[in-house]
Amino acid sequence: MSTQAGILKVIHAVADIPNDPAPDESLFDSGTLDSFTLPDLVTGLEQEFDVKIPDADLVPERFDTVSKIEAYLDSRKS
Amino acid sequence: MSYLRAFGHYLPPLSVSNAALETRTGRDASTIEKTSGILERRYAAAEVSVADLGLAAANVCLENANLTADDIGLILFSSGSAERAFPGPASVLAAKLGLTATPAIDIPIASAGSLIGLAFAADLAPRYGNILVVASEIMSRRISDADPDTAILFGDGAGACIVSPEKGFARIADTALFTDGNYADALQLQHGGFIQMKGLDVIVQASRKIPRSIEDLLTKNNLKPADVSIFLMHQANVNLIRKVTTALQVPAERFFSNINHYGNTSSASLLIAASEWHTANPAPPTAPIVLAAFGAGFNWGAILALPA
Repeated sequence: MSTQAGILKVIHAVADIPNDPAPDESLFDSGTLDSFTLPDLVTGLEQEFDVKIPDADLVPERFDTVSKIEAYLDSRKS
Repeated sequence: MSYLRAFGHYLPPLSVSNAALETRTGRDASTIEKTSGILERRYAAAEVSVADLGLAAANVCLENANLTADDIGLILFSSGSAERAFPGPASVLAAKLGLTATPAIDIPIASAGSLIGLAFAADLAPRYGNILVVASEIMSRRISDADPDTAILFGDGAGACIVSPEKGFARIADTALFTDGNYADALQLQHGGFIQMKGLDVIVQASRKIPRSIEDLLTKNNLKPADVSIFLMHQANVNLIRKVTTALQVPAERFFSNINHYGNTSSASLLIAASEWHTANPAPPTAPIVLAAFGAGFNWGAILALPA
């Protein structure tokens, strides 16, 4: 499974949305994510990608779009 | 050793509904309930001070503990909404109790202040004797209707606890306190200003840090969340309490909640919740109790109490 597909899987698990968000669509502006679902998204990403995401990294800007999440996960892997 | 001996609380009589706040702030009443779980909150009258509310809670607590003010060796007073920078309400409360030489210390930390007071009291009780921990807040004077996100949340009230070195209904077995000042601006009250809160930062960090602090404290004491009979938390937001419940994988009924009636009373909320829970459950506990809080600073932590 590609990184983007894994991200979309986690997003669908934490947010009740019918379709995949576009890669650069703001997940917060669209209402897909909010302050209560962001922690669930991060926990889901940690489990899906077997990475540890520090609390200090939990800023909305890093998780606002699928593309930004992908870039962040790539930075954690490297 | 130190023990939780008694709780007490006081809430001002004026109830303010979501409909009343809708008129003031423009925030829809049903949205207020959905996003916070709050139906109403109490506001103190204009002539009432933070120390006045604290005194009312302290008197109930002393009566429940079968003690008098002369039995107190130290007062720890938590408030984030005191009327002046110094002196804080601790010394005023001591005077109102008729005490003229008993040390009385302020903890101006807001939300997590009462938890910190209890943790300090657990360590200090063997030296000072009975410690009166009071948390009193009049946050209704620190909110702006122009900021509905915070105006809808906060209410006024006071709670108190006697931590005793001699006896009580539960033994304070362990405490864990944490601070991360990188978030000092995320939730703040400037002198003469109104509460400023970056809600997303607060909720996101609290959702992760509260369950972790509880789990780490329990693990250190060879316990699991399922072993705990009751979780008494700072009442910030019902959705946050639900997130902690889910993270710890315990039934929701193990988390005491009264935020629907009182809103977020900042540091007072933990002791008000504990007092209401203990009044409803006066029998000696037979299983562990956990108290937890999170707030400005950020400061957060947890306390483990075991059957005495």
